[in-house]
Amino acid sequence: METKELKGKETRLMKGNEAMAEAAIRAGMDAYFGYPITPQSEVLEYLTEEIPNRKGLVLQAESEVAAINMVYGAAGAGARVMTSSSSPGVSLMQEGISYIASAELPCLLVNVSRGGPGLGTIQPSQGDYFQAVKGGGHGDYHLIVLAPSSVQEMVDFVFEGFRLAEKYRNPAMILADGALGQMMEKVELPAEGSLPHIVPDWATTGMKNKRPQNVITSLHIQPEKMEDINLHLQKKYQDMESEIKFEQEDTDDAEVILVAFGLSSRICKKVAELAREKGIKAGTFRPITLYPFPSEAISRLAGPNRKFLVVEMNAGQMVEDVRLAVNGKSEVHFYGRMGGMIPMPDEILAKLESVL
Amino acid sequence: MPVKATVIIDTELCKGCELCVMACPVKGLQLSDRFNLKGYRVVELYTENCTGCVNCALVCPDAAIAVYREKKPQKAQTA
Amino acid sequence: MEQFLINPECLVYDNHIETLSSTPFHYCPGCGHGVAHKVLMEVIHELGIQEDTIGVAPVGCSVFAYHYMNVDMQEAAHGRACAVATGIKRVLPEKYVFSYQGDGDLAAIGTAETVHAINRGENILIMFINNAIYGMTGGQMAPTTMPGQKTSTSPYGRDVLSMGNPLKITEMIAQLPGAYYVTRQSVHTPKAVRVLKKAILKAFQYQKEKKGTCFIEVVSNCPSGWKMTPVDTISYIENEMFKFFPPGDIKVPDAKPLVTVTAEQEN
Repeated sequence: METKELKGKETRLMKGNEAMAEAAIRAGMDAYFGYPITPQSEVLEYLTEEIPNRKGLVLQAESEVAAINMVYGAAGAGARVMTSSSSPGVSLMQEGISYIASAELPCLLVNVSRGGPGLGTIQPSQGDYFQAVKGGGHGDYHLIVLAPSSVQEMVDFVFEGFRLAEKYRNPAMILADGALGQMMEKVELPAEGSLPHIVPDWATTGMKNKRPQNVITSLHIQPEKMEDINLHLQKKYQDMESEIKFEQEDTDDAEVILVAFGLSSRICKKVAELAREKGIKAGTFRPITLYPFPSEAISRLAGPNRKFLVVEMNAGQMVEDVRLAVNGKSEVHFYGRMGGMIPMPDEILAKLESVL
Repeated sequence: MPVKATVIIDTELCKGCELCVMACPVKGLQLSDRFNLKGYRVVELYTENCTGCVNCALVCPDAAIAVYREKKPQKAQTA
Repeated sequence: MEQFLINPECLVYDNHIETLSSTPFHYCPGCGHGVAHKVLMEVIHELGIQEDTIGVAPVGCSVFAYHYMNVDMQEAAHGRACAVATGIKRVLPEKYVFSYQGDGDLAAIGTAETVHAINRGENILIMFINNAIYGMTGGQMAPTTMPGQKTSTSPYGRDVLSMGNPLKITEMIAQLPGAYYVTRQSVHTPKAVRVLKKAILKAFQYQKEKKGTCFIEVVSNCPSGWKMTPVDTISYIENEMFKFFPPGDIKVPDAKPLVTVTAEQEN
């Protein structure tokens, strides 16, 4: 068999979806299972072209339902596994994701989300925030959710997503959107093989050397046992809080803080700039981990002399978590566009001026 | 006639389904009057003519039956 | 009396093999699952592949198959066992992988996963236990329920005009090039069990040779769901089930290909 050369660090101009796919190969992904859906099909396309000449495995499944269950099987067998989709496809995967979370299988999920509900549109949206951070499927569980705002972060979060998923034995999700998936930016790609992976001892790899049977399951029929599993998961979610990431700018003297994630956070930076030019003391706050959510950091910023304006490409989802964090200490306002519409800086600025 | 074979029934596993009774070519198995701890009436062997054909064990859904048969002295062992 | 027989040298049928755990089966008296579990595990034991086998359990009565089958196992969501088995086999191609599924799991909710895994020729064994009913949920109509058969959701009998006929999924999937060995066996008589065991042995041999998907349907019973004594289920299998689901090989290697209409012939 020919040995395949590992790629070193590289700087390239890449589309978000393709950059994530390239990052996955470089992060040592063993297997990818997916199904085409706009606006993320380039992930599967890129992998089917690259992987035969590189390392890993890619398989086009018959549906998102099959894809997520292939992820379950391969992750249970100890492999580093990934799938990606867009909103309707991610909805189809929810049952499987719930099983994966309960069976504590590490894997990386990507949602390059689009406008909904229903078949919706193929334009970018942040309407899947609730689905991503509140669990999405049935039962009490959470994903680790990372929200990139650039193509570079899409690359970085593939590595970070695998690392966190394996550290906590929990599925991790990159919540991007159609614009990030389709746009091209300069990216620095890490060297291939820089994220080591050890096959875990709980994996179903065969009972070698007469070790006891390994079972991957989410079924615990005794309620006492099932409650124990739940308590264990909740403890794990608390432990994850040490991984909270966020970014804040010009918040010290701010009379108003724009809170946004992903694509809308980039627009808000421009809005804060425009506001400062007009003499309004505006700052920005961007949650990078949407779950666990940076509630404490937001709470610290809250106070009677400061207002919050949450900007999202949805009808108001993260704003609920901001309100919970602020807990009445500040006024919290919301501005959103839906259905695949991206808010313009001037309309956000107008909203900001109206709440002061 | 000397005993050539016999079965050992783990009566705590037996659920009294009688499929072994049906499968026995010498009609040597029957439901007994005994109950096991789970409350099932269990099957017992009532013959000395057991041939060790293993039919009962093959159809036993509860893996409750082991079969022992006298080795034929001459015949070479099968692989 | 016959104490002299009770020694390992005279043991001709061992019911305590290492591939079967010591947990007693939870199945109802007379249920065919127990026999199917045993035969499968006997083959794995005899082939000496316990260390190299990974099984996939379904949702249904055999949801706890991993309590009894002492090999590494994964519990799949309802209907998804073939997708889970695909995931395992693709990352561990040198291991033996099997799925164990009931009729509701494989032929209703999991039809797509079943068909596509076989169409890809996934190098796995699919064990399909057909007992014509949903056992675990309390005896509802299954895709393979007999015409006229009474179940808790066809209380007046399966009316084929509104509920369709029993689904012959085994014949369906035998048409797929990825299916290498397709057979229908049963567990209702000692002879049937012996034949089934040979079929499973063959299937693992073919898997070793990387031949593609092996599919073994096992016509089984459900005394509780059918509301019959275990003994009565045996004649129901022979007189009713076999009408729709006759036992025997459906596709064997190196045989004449099944009649399929190609696009050229159609034109």
